Amino acid sequence: MQLPNPETLLADITTQIAAQINPDTALVGIHSGGVWLMQRILKTLKQDFPQYTLPSGTLDAALYRDDYAARGLKTDPKPSDITFDVADKHIILIDDIFYTGRTTRAAMNELFDYGRPASITLAVLINRGGAQLPIAPNITGAEISLQANQNLQLSQDTKGKLHLEIEHNNA
Amino acid sequence: MHNPQLDAEGRLKHLLTIEGLPKRILNQILDTAETFVGVAERDIKKVPLLRGKTVCNIFFENSTRTRTTFEIAAKRLSADVINLNVGTSSQSKGETILDTVDNLIAMHADMFVVRHAQSGAAHFIAQHVPDGISVINAGDGRHAHPTQGLLDVFTVRRYKPDMHNLRVALVGDVLHSRVARSEIHALTTLGVPEVRVIAPKTLLPADVEKLGVQVFHDMKNGLKDVDVIMMLRLQNERMTGALLPSAQEYFRTFGLTQEMLNHAKPDAIVMHPGPMNRGVEIDSSVADGNQSVILPQVTYGIAVRMAVMAILGGGQSAGGGA
Repeated sequence: MQLPNPETLLADITTQIAAQINPDTALVGIHSGGVWLMQRILKTLKQDFPQYTLPSGTLDAALYRDDYAARGLKTDPKPSDITFDVADKHIILIDDIFYTGRTTRAAMNELFDYGRPASITLAVLINRGGAQLPIAPNITGAEISLQANQNLQLSQDTKGKLHLEIEHNNA
Repeated sequence: MHNPQLDAEGRLKHLLTIEGLPKRILNQILDTAETFVGVAERDIKKVPLLRGKTVCNIFFENSTRTRTTFEIAAKRLSADVINLNVGTSSQSKGETILDTVDNLIAMHADMFVVRHAQSGAAHFIAQHVPDGISVINAGDGRHAHPTQGLLDVFTVRRYKPDMHNLRVALVGDVLHSRVARSEIHALTTLGVPEVRVIAPKTLLPADVEKLGVQVFHDMKNGLKDVDVIMMLRLQNERMTGALLPSAQEYFRTFGLTQEMLNHAKPDAIVMHPGPMNRGVEIDSSVADGNQSVILPQVTYGIAVRMAVMAILGGGQSAGGGA
């Protein structure tokens, strides 16, 4: 399968986010891919909208996941880092791949423990289909249909360039 | 050899002692603790991991501070917490340890935090409980107090992240300390190249060199150019016989004053597990000074205990794998 260029998709979702930006917008990336994307988007938006403060943060929703009882904590958790006041912010929540919607649910629950945002908008690079919850991205770079045993992986090389590849897991 | 702390897949099942824990598990606990440090600064200081689980603090020996930190840690993970001071209840009526534990299992406890004056008590309970129930040792006699050792190492790592380039000194009553051995073990496992102990001969175990430490009997030489000073509490209540002339005499020779501290590196940190004997092992001005990280240790203690409980509480009851 020919995968889209993630750099093109990133430019596309950055444009879509820019169309929605307002003085109370804040960006939050979900570890790890969503954080890379968030940092790139933030850089562009800060240049285009110097009049806005654009606070940003990172989340690792591991402490809110619904598979904890079955699978336990992952062994390499990343600390969440949200230092701005979440209350009344319009949060753009950024993730790389949207699949079941469970990570988004966990991330939203975690965000609400920091405060009550005015709104949350979900932006993803790719929606691979397969949502198991009534949650869908508001901003999407591309939609791709994948088999359950296929795993779409975003990576970042040492120069900061993004790459997409499909891994097959036989589990 | 089978390690009773790990399950068949090598995951942490009980936390009884730091000795024998592989580096991978130590790092997992410390990395997980990092994710809990920020939880206390949120509007809602709680995460939902242990919702619906019951943590039992069974304290056969009194220790208000340790019990409180475990209780806060469990509550910040959303667990229900039951505190039992067994010394003052059933045991005094003649019930055995295992009867006490069996009763709590019948009440569907999911995790036990055990403090006992006898070495090996937590081990004994861990061997008895069925699969899916975890035991955390909160101090057993002179043997071990692993969460204290872990929080100390966590504190070192937070202030001095380059552990491969550190000189750490433990000062004081190594003989009666249940954390000193754990700390030495954890520090060397995590790659600290030089660990020193500074104490009078009477407060050192006979085989102390075998732990891979350098031994000093005077403060000036022992503290020279160290990055981290870990003070140990003078365990008055454990001291039997005339090991020391007097508290004043001890303070003059082994007490940490600013003058002594000046022999260490200028950015050295000072740690103490508490409760402190001010004017015996440490001078008040040092304890409250700007090199002291004694209160941050307490804060990190909550995060480390949350990490241990969070690792033990998930993914094992159903026998699930990752």
